[in-house]
Amino acid sequence: MIPAPVRYARATSLEHAFQLLAEPDSKILAGGQSLIPVMKLRIARPSLVVDISQLELRGIDVRGDELHVGALTTWDELLDARELERPALAAIGECVRGIGDLQVRNRGTVGGSLAHADPASDMPAVLLALGATLQLRSPEGERDLRVAEFFAGPFTTALSAQELITHIVVPLPAPGSGSAYVSVEHPASGFALAGAAALVGRDGVSRVAVTGVAGQPSLLVSGDPHEALEAAEIFGDRFASAEYRRELASVLVRRAVERAAERTKGDA
Amino acid sequence: MLEPLQLVVNGERRSLDVEPRTLLVHALRDGLGLTGAHIGCDTSQCGACTVLLDGRAVKSCTLLALQAEGAEITTIESLASDGEMHPIQRSFVENHGLQCGFCTPGLILTATDLLSRDPDPSDDTIRHSLRGNFCRCTGYETIVESIRAAGAEMRGSVGR
Repeated sequence: MIPAPVRYARATSLEHAFQLLAEPDSKILAGGQSLIPVMKLRIARPSLVVDISQLELRGIDVRGDELHVGALTTWDELLDARELERPALAAIGECVRGIGDLQVRNRGTVGGSLAHADPASDMPAVLLALGATLQLRSPEGERDLRVAEFFAGPFTTALSAQELITHIVVPLPAPGSGSAYVSVEHPASGFALAGAAALVGRDGVSRVAVTGVAGQPSLLVSGDPHEALEAAEIFGDRFASAEYRRELASVLVRRAVERAAERTKGDA
Repeated sequence: MLEPLQLVVNGERRSLDVEPRTLLVHALRDGLGLTGAHIGCDTSQCGACTVLLDGRAVKSCTLLALQAEGAEITTIESLASDGEMHPIQRSFVENHGLQCGFCTPGLILTATDLLSRDPDPSDDTIRHSLRGNFCRCTGYETIVESIRAAGAEMRGSVGR
């Protein structure tokens, strides 16, 4: 299966990328691990793909009390990052290990995955629980958007036509915090039927988020995450009913909180 | 509309003209005659088309050929040298790591990536690494064994 006819351009700078993205049916291509499969299925038929893989938006570093991850950082690079070897950020590595497969992790980028906004994608739950922010750039300039405000529905985000993600910024949790991500995957696709991420601090649960159970990942905001889950809108499909997903999510929330709490003991 | 493309494949510079929508696997097979990368599915799942891009395993069906410009591509054709099989290839033969052989080039290249970073992987790590390579003959037991044995042999030959 091959994609519909398309043109290809490699952006040499952000400004160059913006110029290319002025074409209405253009699409940003990073690692291509989400976009190329849907182009092969002809679900996506862009007129132009703008390859941004050569832009300098890669790398992981801690600046002050924030973790900065370049949008073009691959899953594989995240797995190797020493910066993530702390209990408070353990959910990130735990989540990445379960994403796709070796080949997909070698090419797939964190920014590309977020922009694709598959409702069963794993990482959004983790970033929601960690309270992450996305740095966006467009010809109009820069803006920061909380991950909680980024997803607008299945495969839909707050990105405007010429806008791209440049960095993911995670505030370093307070000392003594732990985080965790647990999911139950569909055995064939590997996507989450339900996934839950939790951040637990010394004073108790900070944030819990779920993915795979609705049109977009969501933060369970009220005091008790289980109560919030009871009230949440959950969807069902041929793989799992809404009832089953709600039950699954409830179990996964409990496990994520327990594991994150366990990890608080390991953080100085 | 064709675009000129320069690829570095198995250490050689190769020129060809491709449509922008051409997938790397088709450029390798149809453009360059390197048919060791197999096409086993249409959905980026089976891993039979796995090649190395700058030493890392990737699915050549999930990459436009134009995206690979500037990278070093390694296909199964270059693993053996001077008529000698690569230790991973030999190990697959000796440990019955293949039956029909369709998935084998992809598996061997995934194993090459794995062993280049982790010369002594646990069975769990091996199995986790094979998640993107489907084999419908062996049940994987002998594949895991082949990779484990290849790792041991490669460690031995480096150490001495």
